[in-house]
Amino acid sequence: MITCSIYKTLQTSHGDIHLDVLFEIEQGSFVTLFGASGAGKTTILRILAGLTSAEKGAIKFENETWLDTENRINLPPQKRRIGFVFQDYALFPNMTVKENLLYALEKNQSDSIVNELMHVMDLEQLQKRKPDTLSGGQKQRVALARALVRKPKLLLLDEPLSALDVEMRLKLQDHILKVHKQFNLTTILVSHDVAEINKMSNKIIMLENGVITKQGTTAEILIQQTDEFELTGEVITVERNDTGTFVLVRIGDNIIKAPIPPEECLTEGDKVLISLHTTNRVIKKISQ
Amino acid sequence: MIDPEPLWLTAKLALITTFILFFLSIPLSYWLAYTKVKGKTIIEAVVSMPLVLPPSVLGFYLLLAFSPSHSFGKFLEDYFDVRLVFSFAGLIIASVIYSLPFMVHPIQSGFAGLSPALREASYTLGKSKWRTIIEILLPNMRSSLLTGTVLTFAHTIGEFGIVLMIGGNIPGETKVASIAIYDEVEMMNYDNANVYAMILFIITFIILLTVYLLNQRFSRSSYL
Repeated sequence: MITCSIYKTLQTSHGDIHLDVLFEIEQGSFVTLFGASGAGKTTILRILAGLTSAEKGAIKFENETWLDTENRINLPPQKRRIGFVFQDYALFPNMTVKENLLYALEKNQSDSIVNELMHVMDLEQLQKRKPDTLSGGQKQRVALARALVRKPKLLLLDEPLSALDVEMRLKLQDHILKVHKQFNLTTILVSHDVAEINKMSNKIIMLENGVITKQGTTAEILIQQTDEFELTGEVITVERNDTGTFVLVRIGDNIIKAPIPPEECLTEGDKVLISLHTTNRVIKKISQ
Repeated sequence: MIDPEPLWLTAKLALITTFILFFLSIPLSYWLAYTKVKGKTIIEAVVSMPLVLPPSVLGFYLLLAFSPSHSFGKFLEDYFDVRLVFSFAGLIIASVIYSLPFMVHPIQSGFAGLSPALREASYTLGKSKWRTIIEILLPNMRSSLLTGTVLTFAHTIGEFGIVLMIGGNIPGETKVASIAIYDEVEMMNYDNANVYAMILFIITFIILLTVYLLNQRFSRSSYL
């Protein structure tokens, strides 16, 4: 069990944000921190890892206290049993793939884990290559394997797949799930890809401007089973003509046109929430 | 025929100075690159001062400091029986101070240019600061280390004013090649002066050419 309470003021381009969160994570679960960029997801991950300090807070991992600002305890990252995978991989350019993994070994730790991880992550062919000769997906596999060499209990993934194409992303998701189960890890993933979250995690913590707006199981948060849909979008233009006032809203890759009351003040660039009531949903297959 | 001793002395001075500065500058540059302490800019200014200060100013104050008729020099002489003024040891200390920015600046920008994630990744893998510096950071900034080392070496070869101020012109002790040139010119031995000057000219050119060639190769292998 991890219990975590954090307070920190973040300076962002939109002014100060007060990160103020409290959450618990069960051992063995796969949790996603979900939210828009700048909501504080990465900062939480970094504070858990000990790479960033918190103004106030306490982190307990099983029976260990990692952070307790009141008692001036703040374990350095070296002493926390974590594996951290960075968004830009952070492989050591001066070492080969295998050397990157060997570097992570603890004193007196047998190097059999390195061979095992290279096998699990499909790296045997690449072991003598230097990182700058690898593709993004290969680099990420090395980074993941390296993070697991010390047999951490907690795996922290900071948007590890955001730079990869869809196919590679799906493959790596399988790799991550495989090691999550095989090494009995508690995993925290930062992501804003809904499909990815649905596939990977069993708990979601939703963040907005530094505070938790929702948390619960993936099914509770992502899947809305009511007849009302809510979509968020961005206003592209507002048209006024004889028949009324219409607004064009971009939702993902689609643009929809909807009538609005003439007194409604919307301008280009506004973020809007569209509620739809439907009692008759039709789903048709369009391709295999 | 010229006396080769000043050339050897110059080489010895440059080697020792570079060696000391290399090991001194790594921790100092690391600190300057990463610290968030407010007084850092003052230290940075002090480190950079030899770049703009006339060597004679630095030499003058070191002369006063090392002189046995002043407190620091007297302290050294009374307690350690060391006299730094007009000695080779004094020259080394003066050179270390005078060439400090030439070693610190490239190494500092080398540290600053590395992705912070490299350090952080090493920490999350349980490795200490020192191990991270030696096995991760330094090997990935080889071109900065090379630039610092070679610039320091070449700059020490070119020292004149500061050597003259605190070293004087003692054959075999403080008479380095740049002083020897001045000496020969004073005595109207232009031919000898030319030999010394040409040797320094060629050596300096070869050293700098090597740095640029090697740096070109390092940057092609994109280590930063």
